[in-house]
Amino acid sequence: MAHSEHETHVTVLPPDREKIKKLWTVAGYLGLITAVEFIIAFTMGHGPLKTAIFIGLTIVKAAYIVGEFMHLRYEAKVLFWSILIPLIFVVWMLVAFVYEGMAIGLVRH
Amino acid sequence: MASTAAAHGDESTWDGGSSPMGASYGKLMMWFFLMSDAFTFSALLITYGLVRSSHQAYVGAVNAFKFSQSYWPIPEKVFESVPFLEGVSLPLVFVGIMTFILIMSSVTMVLAVEAGHRMDRAAVEKWMLWTLLGGIAFLSCQAWEWTHFIHGAHHGDAVAEGTTFFGANLVHNQYGPSDFAAFFFFITGFHGFHVFSGVCLNFLIYFNTVTGVYERRGHYEMVEKVGLYWHFVDLVWVFVFTFFYLV
Repeated sequence: MAHSEHETHVTVLPPDREKIKKLWTVAGYLGLITAVEFIIAFTMGHGPLKTAIFIGLTIVKAAYIVGEFMHLRYEAKVLFWSILIPLIFVVWMLVAFVYEGMAIGLVRH
Repeated sequence: MASTAAAHGDESTWDGGSSPMGASYGKLMMWFFLMSDAFTFSALLITYGLVRSSHQAYVGAVNAFKFSQSYWPIPEKVFESVPFLEGVSLPLVFVGIMTFILIMSSVTMVLAVEAGHRMDRAAVEKWMLWTLLGGIAFLSCQAWEWTHFIHGAHHGDAVAEGTTFFGANLVHNQYGPSDFAAFFFFITGFHGFHVFSGVCLNFLIYFNTVTGVYERRGHYEMVEKVGLYWHFVDLVWVFVFTFFYLV
């Protein structure tokens, strides 16, 4: 290969087996949670409980992706909280707007 | 630089040289960009929640469900087709495959980041190629999904009452209220555009890795930064999957 002359200056470290194993474990959890979501989707009737379970499982998946894949869990605490705290606004917006939507529905129908 | 600070010994933080929040400038800015992007996606998904909850929900048995303009469709009846298996009812199977593809490409991305920390160029190349493949596969699936959504199902019972409209556009759709298709196009389209941008960035990273740019630079931080973006795209899909396809 054309780029082989550079490789002499670079020390390539061996793969960190423990870390790689952990990453695959996280991927396994994500796949497993998605599979559980599928089972729930076809065995439970629609309703608030089903929605609540889906939202809960989604937050677990999001926590794995952001915490492990995006490495946020291991960043400085101040960075961790700078990302998490503003998300309060999203939660508030969700509650306010869905509530508003139901009120619109009551007026319309 | 840490080494400069150590040489003098008596400076305060105000003399500079230390990274706020213990992250490099590029990574921190990527995090803040992703925050703003998260708010944009939240706005889209929450507006979907608002409009959906203002429409009547379908009450009744799932098996007896028929498309109608008077209530919001249940997603497993809209998204039940898989390529090459036309006419077979496989609810949410295809979107499940798409979710799997995106999660896998997130794993290969994080493995590329890990390889970058070890300065292992060959491994970064390998995992970036897998990530690119995953991204392109996802986009291809989405292209099929959109085509199918726009052209509509072929069975006669899939026509909304009082019309003979097949498929969907931004004004009419056979599945339910007009807003349903509009949100499908906006939300999955905006996400798909992010995946497309991600594939372009991933290709750039792959190209720079192959040409040895990062090896000469002495670190693979660019892989990490683009990796953050790519995981975010996966993260958004997790939410789109729940709120658009499952709930």
